[in-house]
Amino acid sequence: MLSVETYQTITEAAGALGDRSRYIAGGTLVMRAVTYGDQSFDRIVRVRQTDRNIGNDAAGLRIGAGATMSDILASGDAEVLHPVARLVGGPALRNMATIGGNLFAPNPYGDITVALLALDAQVVMANGQSLPVESFLSGRDQLRGLVAAVTVPRIEPGSFLFSKVSRVKPKGVSVMSIAVSSRRGDPRVVFGNMGPLPTRARAAERALAQGSDANAIAAACAVCTEGLAPVDDALASSWYRREVAPVHLRRLLQNGGRV
Amino acid sequence: MPKAPVTFILNDAEAALFVDAGAPLIDVLRRGVGDLTPKHGCGQGTCGACTVLIDGKAHLSCLTLAETVEGKRVDTTAGLAGGPQLHALQDAFIEGFAAQCGFCTSGMLMAAKALLDANPDPSRAEVIEAISGNLCRCTGYEPIVDAILTAAARTQRRAV
Amino acid sequence: MSSIEFRKDLFADERDDNLKEIGKPTVRQDILGHVTGRTPYYDDHLFDGMLHMRAVRSPHHHAEIRSIDTSAAERMPGVRRVATARDVPNNLNTLLSLINFGRDDEPLCAHDKVRYRGEAVAWVIADTERQARDAVAAVRVDYSVLRHVLDVEEALAPGAPVVNEVYPNNSFDYHAKYDHQKLRFGDVNAAFARADHVIEAEYQMSPIEQAPIETCGAIAAPETNDRFVCHTNTQALFFSLGTTAKLLDMASSRLHFIGGTAGGGFGGKVDSIVEPTAVLGAVLTGRPVKFAWDRHEEMQVGAPRGGERWRLKDGVMHDGRIIAREFTGFFDSGAYMRLSPYAIIKGTGHLPGPYSIPNVASNVYCCITNRTPATAMRGFGITAVDFAIECQMDRIAEAVGMNPVELRILNAYRDGDMKAHRRKAKNTALIECCQVAASKANWPISASAASQSSLAGGGQGDRGAIPESATDEEGRIGDRRQGKVATTSPSKSASGRVPAGTHTEAIVGAPVQNPDMQIDAERIGHRMGAAPTVPTASTTTSPPATPTSAAPPALAPGQPVAPPAPPSVPAPPVAASPVAPQQPAARSPVTPAPYEPAQPFNRGVKRPGSSPFTSGFRRR
Repeated sequence: MLSVETYQTITEAAGALGDRSRYIAGGTLVMRAVTYGDQSFDRIVRVRQTDRNIGNDAAGLRIGAGATMSDILASGDAEVLHPVARLVGGPALRNMATIGGNLFAPNPYGDITVALLALDAQVVMANGQSLPVESFLSGRDQLRGLVAAVTVPRIEPGSFLFSKVSRVKPKGVSVMSIAVSSRRGDPRVVFGNMGPLPTRARAAERALAQGSDANAIAAACAVCTEGLAPVDDALASSWYRREVAPVHLRRLLQNGGRV
Repeated sequence: MPKAPVTFILNDAEAALFVDAGAPLIDVLRRGVGDLTPKHGCGQGTCGACTVLIDGKAHLSCLTLAETVEGKRVDTTAGLAGGPQLHALQDAFIEGFAAQCGFCTSGMLMAAKALLDANPDPSRAEVIEAISGNLCRCTGYEPIVDAILTAAARTQRRAV
Repeated sequence: MSSIEFRKDLFADERDDNLKEIGKPTVRQDILGHVTGRTPYYDDHLFDGMLHMRAVRSPHHHAEIRSIDTSAAERMPGVRRVATARDVPNNLNTLLSLINFGRDDEPLCAHDKVRYRGEAVAWVIADTERQARDAVAAVRVDYSVLRHVLDVEEALAPGAPVVNEVYPNNSFDYHAKYDHQKLRFGDVNAAFARADHVIEAEYQMSPIEQAPIETCGAIAAPETNDRFVCHTNTQALFFSLGTTAKLLDMASSRLHFIGGTAGGGFGGKVDSIVEPTAVLGAVLTGRPVKFAWDRHEEMQVGAPRGGERWRLKDGVMHDGRIIAREFTGFFDSGAYMRLSPYAIIKGTGHLPGPYSIPNVASNVYCCITNRTPATAMRGFGITAVDFAIECQMDRIAEAVGMNPVELRILNAYRDGDMKAHRRKAKNTALIECCQVAASKANWPISASAASQSSLAGGGQGDRGAIPESATDEEGRIGDRRQGKVATTSPSKSASGRVPAGTHTEAIVGAPVQNPDMQIDAERIGHRMGAAPTVPTASTTTSPPATPTSAAPPALAPGQPVAPPAPPSVPAPPVAASPVAPQQPAARSPVTPAPYEPAQPFNRGVKRPGSSPFTSGFRRR
């Protein structure tokens, strides 16, 4: 039988989490699970007021875990994430879905997380611990505790590119999403839906580290699916995703700006 | 079954009731209050048929935990018309043949209302973006987009 | 911007424009309810104490059910009843049994084995939907997994697992004789032999879900006088009522069905599953019960437009005339037949598409696989083959180096042309469609193609007559499974011939049941009184006629025929599937005997005192 527990602070809520419990923020993942009869939890834990603050500090951009996609779009400070947040769901969903929840969204969702991995963001936990998105994701399923915020290191305008490939226009679930960032000659290429988790295409990153001209782009595209295990689902087959990934990466790199 | 008390404003009237723990807002509106205008299409935020306004912003009532609307204002299609006077969007939908089976219409109207309340003179692209979370299987969307633009133009007292 | 252009200049004399409503913009009569949210869909009927029913579903494509343990589920909070196949009084049906088509092959609830993933094996009825879901998760089913088949042609192979024991060959039995629906018109093999090009290709369409925004659902509740009311979003209210009466072995007079308002359907709401299930729930609990599919169920178990595979083979002359077209088609009906066998008959009537082709042959198979059963969806039976045909037309245009629009106009059917299903074409408009489309797309076509008309030249000479047709008896029921038939395509060698036309002998299909269904004799191409036609050498060896710009191409030079003497009485229609000529054809009597069914028309429910509207003799 379901129960809902409401706490004042995120620290209290983190302490109340245990087996058979789920933390709810925007509700777009948890309420779906409730409606569809998910048997893995029966306690829903929430806090009365989530942290929706967005602002710049010494470490870069800090986004409260409770900030919604609409909050991000309304914040000039979070401009780097606007092209990503705009592509998540429709307006109603963007008014609900939070950046904290997106870190836990299973395929084919989680487009913001793809971007955060490319941007080398840090996940700040409620207990103050901070860890890179990459290690956060690899330990996500065993994670205890709650996410309090995300920090994104500053990046030069134009050094971050994002595209989401869907089959429905103007908006659909992603066949794949691609995020590319370049900081001081240290490129990152991240794919969503090309593996169980958002995944860095390290071979493509090595190719782009050699330069950003047409040859480097061609080399990066040629090897971009190395080591990836594309998702096989109703939206697209694994084979299809592997075939089209280089095409979409090339379009992003050639037409999307400088990297 | 554990219950939680919830009080909110629904279309200008106060609603106060006990809701089942974990119940989504759509169930509380439809079965609890008896406002049948939000429609249950998917239960997962894909179709938008359950769209309502919470404090003026479009939300999916199937994914909203009912007790989180405590103290807030909820608007549904039931409150769109002012008595016998239809809302400009409703008139435009009627004239523009912007509904066939009608199941998506409530959600479309609320998504459109959220847009026009924030942006009374939207471009066609903005209208398309505003209803991009609402699926319609009958119309092909064009009559809906046209109707929303017509309603906006009329509200702006411009000739269509 | 949406815009519609009415081309009232075309066929202007075939239309009356002085109508009050038709052709004029109008306001939907139901739209005020839609925009105010007051339109009452089935789920907008509120009942006190309504219970929620959910199905336990198979995780396997094909498995034997060893046992079902519902004891834990029955003890769960809020659970009122757990039901299984044993609770369904007459747990075997086929949708079209209501019109005496097909054999009962599908249970409402699986009992011995499951035949597709998502098939219902039990139901839980509980106070809340969540409680029902929790209890569904607690039902334990012991399955023994069986080998499954998901591909239509693999299903036809001799070693394939038998999916549905009612159809042990994994295919529908057509006309109690063949494992496929045959169409034979002219002699395709002779035509292929003299064609300049033979073009073959395969096309495939995946299953397509109708995906209405409102999923299938029904609410049933006890009414007074031992009746049950059922609010449903079915697209086929009386189908659903008759099916419910049959499955639950109830007099249809005890069922009060209310529908007519569906939140989209597109063919996906005719299968009459949620209605008998909800009524069963109400019968078992004595309470209002809602049974509805969630979105996942709608996608997984909601019957889609079935997948189809088509192979086309065309014989084409250098000038672009198609002289023969052969089809081999496979419909994936899924685990049960439902509407697919009927869709094939309808689809066969459509072959070879909107073109006049003098030699056509087709074998279409309705295959059973371990997939979700297929059902209706907008033009089902036609859509996939039309896709195949039009792709094929482009291939032909490429092969002969011709403008693809002009190729279509050259081969287009015209009013009066004989179609392969032995009806004359009427109200044809392909030529005009091609001309308008070409002009809209700024696609140049020749003056000659632009001057053609659907109204001119149709039915001239052999274009309007039924040719002599080569027949065969390949593919009898069961032969394929025993390895006696190697190919699925129409036979390469004829074992018989049906003479041209039908002279004085009619090939009798199903007699018409109502006078207004009687086909106008003039339209069906009888050449009454013509001498019995003997195949002549000239029919197959003389050079093909050259098309002229003004006149449509002659299909093939033929013998001059005596003007058809109209039959003195409306003749029975010709069966689309020709029977072997040596079979004694029913002599067409001067006055056909009035239709007297041997068996009373019934909807599968044999019970005394049942309603005349669902059983008994069809009223004349």
